[in-house]
Amino acid sequence: MTKHIERQIEQLKERILRVGTLVEEAISKSITALINRDAHLAQRVMANDEEIDRMEVEVEEECLKVLALYQPVAADLRFVVAVLKINNDLERMGDLAKNIAKRVAQLAAGKPCELPQEIRTMAMKTQEMVKQCLDAVVNGDPTLARQVREEDDAVDMDRQKIRRRVLQGIKDDPEDVENLLRINSVSKHIERIADMATNIAEDVIYMAEGEIVRHRASE
Amino acid sequence: MQTQTEPANRVVDPPADRLLAVAAGGEVAAEVHEAVLRETPVLEIDRFNLWYGAKQALHRITMPVPHGKVTALVGPSGCGKSTLLRSVNRLNDLVQNVRITGDMRLSGDSIYDPRMDVIELRKRMGMVFQKPNPFPMSIYENVVYSLRIDGENSRAVLDEVCELSLRGAALWDEVKDRLHDSALGLSGGQQQRLCIARAIAAEPEVLLLDEPCSALDPIATGKVEDLIQELRGRYSVLIVTHNMQQASRTSDYTAFMYLGRLIEYGPTTEIFTKPVLRETEAYVTGRFG
Repeated sequence: MTKHIERQIEQLKERILRVGTLVEEAISKSITALINRDAHLAQRVMANDEEIDRMEVEVEEECLKVLALYQPVAADLRFVVAVLKINNDLERMGDLAKNIAKRVAQLAAGKPCELPQEIRTMAMKTQEMVKQCLDAVVNGDPTLARQVREEDDAVDMDRQKIRRRVLQGIKDDPEDVENLLRINSVSKHIERIADMATNIAEDVIYMAEGEIVRHRASE
Repeated sequence: MQTQTEPANRVVDPPADRLLAVAAGGEVAAEVHEAVLRETPVLEIDRFNLWYGAKQALHRITMPVPHGKVTALVGPSGCGKSTLLRSVNRLNDLVQNVRITGDMRLSGDSIYDPRMDVIELRKRMGMVFQKPNPFPMSIYENVVYSLRIDGENSRAVLDEVCELSLRGAALWDEVKDRLHDSALGLSGGQQQRLCIARAIAAEPEVLLLDEPCSALDPIATGKVEDLIQELRGRYSVLIVTHNMQQASRTSDYTAFMYLGRLIEYGPTTEIFTKPVLRETEAYVTGRFG
């Protein structure tokens, strides 16, 4: 019994990491596609989302199986519950990467435009948050998770700056409205990804310490 | 969280690994959650030590058992949980070479006071053992046994107590038409619920259950567990169990014992979702024990 549940927990950890790796890759490629206006790469991101969706279902089934057959308690229970939620967030992050890729495909097909500088910095920060929250999952590291929570504010600020730039841009050059709205939409998706990374970090804190810190300001 | 007070020189603090320290014969301070201390105790176990000959089986156990709640004692075999339970109604008096220090108090009365009348003391508690032990008499007589030996002969009183106790033990509907049949004809699960009915007929201040389901099949176990949950609020129950899920399903508070020491004691939901000590976590998740 003991050995069995440990093996199941290990397998669950491996599976959620595989989902995490795919999602991290999807985000990274969608950003690269954005910066290089690479429609081809964007198409690949969109195509790969199916794989993430499929794995999300597998992980969920696996969690339900462990809950039903092994009735985990304490740290094991917290782990399985956290994985269920992290899995869900990762799948949403995959969808957001796909949404970015769609906008990139449209941007690439439209007339050339400048990307605001902030979009690169917020994309970089977000990717770092995604990487760190996944590291925190692997190592069950609440300290790293708390750091991720701290970083979310900077991304939110970048997003606001972009929004203001886009509004100004529309006033200055109404002809360019389509592209500007696409850029606005991309920045919103990136911000949501950072929010999801924060959710995952909060799940890691729960997993490690048993405290639900969601809806609380970071300490 | 609050730890109970222990003489500083005997406590390994902070313990690098409490279980190792305990296995090496050392003492550790128990982690007793505040929620336990906020309850009104029906039974107070106070710095209780017990030796079987030269072997110490219980080490300075201090734990309040809350009134009207179900408290489970869990821990690996040989950790002293049954010894502790049997010490509450002084069943260990019957074992040779047993020596104790410290005390227990039932509703404030010292259990180990030399002037304590043990028979009177045991009337204030009910005990149910692993194997059902109905007396070889009718179902009815089993239930009212304690009243009979106290000289109660009023039919009306006996009938009323019998029905109330059997209802309380969730057995009434199954046996109401054959109250005067032998109790030995009941199934194992029914016999065990009969023993609980017999125990509660005496209106005990605390009900002691020593692995009450270990000889029962899953259906009968389920019924006894349902019953224990229903007893909550009306009776104070102290239950020893090997079955962790039984502890988590039936109890309000759980005490984890190891090698005669109380290690952690707190609300069952905390012990099974986020115990304070990693030693408790290792035990409830089945990593050792």
